[in-house]
Amino acid sequence: MVIGLGHYLTVAAVLFTLGVFGIFINRKNVIVILMSIELILLAVNINMVAFSTHMNDIVGQVFALLILTVAAAEAAIGLAILVVFFRNRGSIAVEDVNMMRG
Amino acid sequence: MTVTAAFFYLFATITVASGFMVIASRNPVQSVLFLILAFVNAAGLFLMMGAEFLAMILVIVYVGAVAVLFLFVVMMLDVDFAELRQGFLQYLPVGGLIGIVFLLELVLVIGAYVVDPGLVRTPSVPIPAPDVMTNTEALGQVLYTRYFYFFQAAGLILLVAMIGAIVLTLRERVGVRRQDITKQNARTQETAVEVRKVPFRQGI
Repeated sequence: MVIGLGHYLTVAAVLFTLGVFGIFINRKNVIVILMSIELILLAVNINMVAFSTHMNDIVGQVFALLILTVAAAEAAIGLAILVVFFRNRGSIAVEDVNMMRG
Repeated sequence: MTVTAAFFYLFATITVASGFMVIASRNPVQSVLFLILAFVNAAGLFLMMGAEFLAMILVIVYVGAVAVLFLFVVMMLDVDFAELRQGFLQYLPVGGLIGIVFLLELVLVIGAYVVDPGLVRTPSVPIPAPDVMTNTEALGQVLYTRYFYFFQAAGLILLVAMIGAIVLTLRERVGVRRQDITKQNARTQETAVEVRKVPFRQGI
């Protein structure tokens, strides 16, 4: 049995769906939402690498590296904002986030 | 071939299962630990695809940095997580519906796609054979030449993220005594020492 492109794409699709699903069911918990975003980016990376090896083109891996960088930066900034928000409000419930509403 | 398939299904199953546990776990600390498990198994998938460098980077960056950052924040913030899970069942039907529709669409796309035969199948930078050049070397030879500006942009993104995180979380607390070296050096004997004549049996 040959493991081909479709197998990896299926894994990535399931992981992506789990990430989107996680954002919906954990509406109040920002930490889990950030983790869901990491899952989504991981799924995108799996897609990138799968197509890179399937097309025998290494550029896909270069872009996967870039996505990895952006994901790390996003996690750092998101968690920093979360810490500041918790300091100000004493809670991380997303439903309370309406301070910027005009 | 069967060994390859067995390892693929092992890694894929654990990745998907721990991805599910990330979003379904009751305790956020367990969520982070399942996220680490998902990343490690995804690194296994990367290894099977032949992207060794990205697999190792995934373990180092995600597990070593991002997941530990998550763990720090989860443990540092004193959050009542039971309260945050209040709407879990409320959002479950809508979220489940959207998730199932989304998954169906993706599966239909994956099951039905064909690569356009007219597509030019000449890769812009072909992956060299493993016995000619390692994956890391091949990636470096592309990243530092053709995609040098992308590399610099990635560094800039990380710099901005680092400065942003520091600026956001830095706070000046009042009432904290800090060492001020110029103030210390500016002290003379006259300002530091006071000589008083103490009256006998009275004190100051």
